[in-house]
Amino acid sequence: MSKPKRGPVLTGAHYLDGDHACAEGAIAAGCRFIAGYPITPSTEVAERLAERFPKIGGTFIQMEDELASIAAVLGAAWGGARAMTVTSGPGFSLMMENIGLGVMTETPCVVVNVQRGGPSTGLPTLTGQQDMMQARWGSHGDYEIIALSPSSPQECFDLTVTCFNLSEKYRVPVMFMMDECVGHMTEKVVIPEADTIDVWPRRWYRGPKDKYQPYLPDKDGVPPMVRAGDDHRFHITGLTHDERGYPIITAECQHLCVSRLVDKIRNNADDLMIVKEEQVKGADVVVVAYGISARVATKAITDARKQGIKVGFLRLITVWPFPEKRIRELAGDVKCLVMPELNMGQMYREMERAAGGKCKTLLVPHCGGWVHDPNDILKAILEGAK
Amino acid sequence: MKYWRKPLDAERKRAPHGNVHVIFERCKGCGFCIAYCPRQVLEVSDEFNRKGYHPPVVAHPEQCVNCRLCEALCPEFAIWNTLDEQEVEATK
Amino acid sequence: MQEFELRASDFGLVLMNPNQLIVGRGTAEHHPMEDFLRMDRMPHIWCSTCGLGTCLTAFIAAVEESTIPREDIVVVSGIGCTGRAAGYLKFDSFHTTHGRAIPYATGLKVANPRLKVCLISGDGDLVSIGGNHLIHAARRNMDMTVICVNNFNYAMTGGQAAPSTPQGAFATTTPYGAFERPFNIPFLVDSCGATYVARWTALHVRQLTISIKEAMLHRGFSFIEVISPCPTVYARRNRLGSGLDLMKFYHDHSITKNFASTRECDIKFQQDIIVGKFVQKDEPTYLDAMDAQMKKTLGAKFVPYVGPMDPGADSGRTKSDART
Repeated sequence: MSKPKRGPVLTGAHYLDGDHACAEGAIAAGCRFIAGYPITPSTEVAERLAERFPKIGGTFIQMEDELASIAAVLGAAWGGARAMTVTSGPGFSLMMENIGLGVMTETPCVVVNVQRGGPSTGLPTLTGQQDMMQARWGSHGDYEIIALSPSSPQECFDLTVTCFNLSEKYRVPVMFMMDECVGHMTEKVVIPEADTIDVWPRRWYRGPKDKYQPYLPDKDGVPPMVRAGDDHRFHITGLTHDERGYPIITAECQHLCVSRLVDKIRNNADDLMIVKEEQVKGADVVVVAYGISARVATKAITDARKQGIKVGFLRLITVWPFPEKRIRELAGDVKCLVMPELNMGQMYREMERAAGGKCKTLLVPHCGGWVHDPNDILKAILEGAK
Repeated sequence: MKYWRKPLDAERKRAPHGNVHVIFERCKGCGFCIAYCPRQVLEVSDEFNRKGYHPPVVAHPEQCVNCRLCEALCPEFAIWNTLDEQEVEATK
Repeated sequence: MQEFELRASDFGLVLMNPNQLIVGRGTAEHHPMEDFLRMDRMPHIWCSTCGLGTCLTAFIAAVEESTIPREDIVVVSGIGCTGRAAGYLKFDSFHTTHGRAIPYATGLKVANPRLKVCLISGDGDLVSIGGNHLIHAARRNMDMTVICVNNFNYAMTGGQAAPSTPQGAFATTTPYGAFERPFNIPFLVDSCGATYVARWTALHVRQLTISIKEAMLHRGFSFIEVISPCPTVYARRNRLGSGLDLMKFYHDHSITKNFASTRECDIKFQQDIIVGKFVQKDEPTYLDAMDAQMKKTLGAKFVPYVGPMDPGADSGRTKSDART
């Protein structure tokens, strides 16, 4: 008797780096189309999928640049594929215009950004968290986006699946904001049985074909989707459009179009908010962190607790939309919120805004290239506890 | 027919006859159909349509051979031909 | 009009079987192309005597004559006057960003190989901002049909110079005359590996229809340049008259040379335009080459692309319903 054929999902315990775990997460999420362009430190994701896909019925295409990669991903998504692209800072910048097209045309896809130090070519091989605001505001115009940030290779796997799920549910490109440290950190990654992995379907339209309107939303503000080539004769455009997808260049239509794009995320923010809290209740100081900085912060938190300081920890997994409701609640209960991040203050400003002056807020900045010295974070915690 | 070479079998073949249909209000008056009709079926109308253009009028309907060049050239989908009903009958 | 007499047969205007010409018969009340157009969006934005509408009639006629199932055809456009073409054609149609129509179409084709992907876009969109994508799609022999409507300038934005603007022509950004060398577009795509290359003008409706049909039935990267009049900006700024005058110019100055060397197909300001079908050859497409290489290297381990998700079937990969 021959062994049962192994499915695409590599169930079991593995020793994987974050990039490879992300690639496996994409496979587990049902992604079978990747378009990418080589860029350090994200290339390993594309390399792994280029190797894995031909054995599991996926297709990888190395495009001529990042502009092409994201455009191909959007096209593939409308072709009916679950699609992803992978890049880092400079490539992320090049993708921005078409991320806006993805938002405007409500195209589900995942954009992985393994962040490195910038600006410009910056630190290709060293870490950073400097694209956080770019993920939110990088494309021109007004919109809401979803972004997640992992702190470990295991999360690189798990959250890649979540990214796909959220992108399908809310029909928006989801940014997966890794960083070089997490991407190149090798750890144990447990991949569950395929049938226990929660993968959400695309919101397929099932009504009569000639009645399909691409932007007629369901109750939660998100419209169902079709696949090109199935005789719906739909039109989509990056121009401001009505529910038929036809361009309407008026202020009234702009209001309807953009406010729905924004509201479908804002009104469902609670549903897609993932944060991990630890000893927050009764804390004097709460450290708010994400990505690799969250891991470094745990050392500082442990040290502070040894000194008898009541420190809580709030780890952001959903970074966009920002969990401002939770931060606002916390700000009323604590003396200080401390945020270490590998930039000169990006998410910190959001935290400060959400705190609304109800408590002290401290930034532990770092220009990138290496992670924080935990003692710097500890100093901020001690300062905040005063 | 002054600009056209005469086919060798012109005596034996009977040219089909077509009807020209113009959507007056859809026309943007480019004049392609009038200029390139091989049988000079069309002429510029004296009237303006609502857009302010002079659409073509079918001045010599009997000349139309249903070649459908006007239909192919019209950028506004405002003119087309149909084979004359009597012709259809005759070929049955 | 003397030349008209001499060259009339070039245009295939005579001796055409009306039963084979253009789309199925209309009725006295119904224009036969309305079935292929989003009539709720008419009139289109294109100016009087612009050639773009004529390009659409040729496209529709080619679709009808090709007998490719209509639901398989998708139309992708970039930005610009020609970029609006996708919005008027009643197919699954995509109006994308400036220059990115080709990679968008690449994604559609690779993710859903059943699709017949057609692009209609302008010279600025495809050759300037999208130039990199154009040469790479040609290099890959990506199975798609690209119709590049060349009006020698950026018309939507008011007539700026494009990489197709002939030397000496005036545009808003070349107020003293263009001096950069323009692209010879058929030569560009030919040299990059396109396996079907043709050029016609908007006046050559019949030849253009045949070329589009051939291109759609061709396996591989097919490219058709259509020289089209831009009356409002290009012709006006260069004092060339109306679009009809330009059509007459094309009539008098286009020289059909099928399988001419694309190297010789330069367009100079208001000089003869070489038109024709220049290249038609069979070579493995991107998808063919990928499958062949994977089979060669992986043998029985190769699992061909599973195709896109099927809305009609439960994929078995799903556990929860998104519509909660």
